[in-house]
Amino acid sequence: MSSRPELLAPPEIFYDDVEARKYTSSSRIIEIQSKLSERAVELLALPDDGVPRLLLDIGCGSGLSGETLTENGHQWIGLDISLSMLNIASEREVEGDILLGDMGQGLALRPGVIDGAISISAVQWLCNADKSSHEPKLRLKAFFGSLYRCLARGARAVFQVYPENLAQRELILRSAMHAGFAGGVVVDYPHSAKSRKEYLVLTCGPPSLTTATPKAKGEDGESCSEDEVSEDEENQTVRFSDRQRPRKKQKVNKKGKGREWVLRKKEQMRNKGINVPPNTKYTARKRKARF
Amino acid sequence: MRLLTHNMLSSNIKGVSNGFPLRIEVEKVIEKEVDCNPDFLINMFAKIEWKALVDAARTMGYAELPEEAESSMLDSDEFLRKFHHALLELHLEEGALVCPETGRKFPVNKGIPNMLLHEDEV
Repeated sequence: MSSRPELLAPPEIFYDDVEARKYTSSSRIIEIQSKLSERAVELLALPDDGVPRLLLDIGCGSGLSGETLTENGHQWIGLDISLSMLNIASEREVEGDILLGDMGQGLALRPGVIDGAISISAVQWLCNADKSSHEPKLRLKAFFGSLYRCLARGARAVFQVYPENLAQRELILRSAMHAGFAGGVVVDYPHSAKSRKEYLVLTCGPPSLTTATPKAKGEDGESCSEDEVSEDEENQTVRFSDRQRPRKKQKVNKKGKGREWVLRKKEQMRNKGINVPPNTKYTARKRKARF
Repeated sequence: MRLLTHNMLSSNIKGVSNGFPLRIEVEKVIEKEVDCNPDFLINMFAKIEWKALVDAARTMGYAELPEEAESSMLDSDEFLRKFHHALLELHLEEGALVCPETGRKFPVNKGIPNMLLHEDEV
C-alpha cells in the first residue's frame, strides 16, 4: 500500500469524517503541521510592523495551519475541498473564515486584495487527475493564474509541497512561472530523508532583489555553491537546487556474475566479430579474499 | 462567514465578466464579538469596496454604516467601531451567495460557503 494519500483517493473522498477526525486528533500531525506553517509564515517575510494582514490558507483542512496564522495576529481566509475537514475546523472555532472550494477551479477572489498566501502539503494534489474532466496542467494553470491575480503586488506565496518525483516538481514550477511568479524552491534539511521539507516561495511581480529566494535551513557550504550555479541561468525565474538527494545505491550481488556469464558474453562478442582474448583457466576465476 | 470575506469573494464561473459583489440571501445571522484592531482596519480600508460592504451589512440587518466613506473618517473612533462590527463581527451562518450575472446560488451552511463549481462552469 502506498504512503501517499494522493494515490489512494481524491481529497474530498480521502479526507472523510473518520480521516478528518484522525488527522486532527493526532498530536504528531498537529506538531508537524504547526511547525510547517510556522516556517511558511517565516518565509512569507511579512513586514514586521505588527499590523495584521489578510492572508490566504489554501488547503486549510481543519484549520491547524490557520491557528498559526491567528497566533501571529493575522486575519485569514481558508479554502479546502473536504467538507469533513471544514466541519472539524468550524467545530474547533477557528478565527478565520473557511470556504468549500476546489483550488483547481481557480480562486473566487477579487484582484489584488490578499497580502500573502500559504499552503501546507496541498498543491501536489493538483497533479492528480481524479475525474475524467481533470487535466492537471489546466488545473495548475487555473490555480496559479487566479492566485497571481488575487495577490497584491509584491506579496508572497509559500507552499510546502511533497512532489512525488522530479516531473511533478517541474510541472508545478513551470505552471507557477507561466502565471508570472518569480521565486524558487527552498529545501530545508536537504540531507535528511525524514525532515527534508520543500517550500515553494513565490513572489508576485518581476524578479528583483526582494524576490531572492530565502536561505534554507540545515544546508552546509557545499549546497550554497549549487545555488550560484542555478543563478547563472538568467532566463529562469524559478530556480531550485536538488542535487542533495542521496544517490541510488548500486546493486551489489555478493556472488558476482560468474564464469558462465563471462563465457557467454565473450562468445557473443566473438560472434559479432570483435577480437576477444581466448578462454583459459584464468577466465573469470575467483580472486583471493585479500584482493 | 464574515463580511470581510464576502467583500473579497467574486464569482468565477466561466464567462462571467463581473462576479462582484455576490448578493447575500440571509437565513440566519450570528454576531461574535472580537477585539478591535484599528491598524488592521486602516490597512484594509483601501482594499474594501465600500458600497458592497454597506449593501451587505444592510442585508444582514445592520444599517448604521454611512453611505459614503473616505480615509479621513478613519480618525473617528465611532466610525472605526461601526466598520469593525460590520466587517468582522457579523457572520452569515445560513443562507446563500448569489452570482450577480448568472443568478447561480452558492449555499452557505454552518457558516461555510460552498464555492464548488459544476463541471460545465469551469
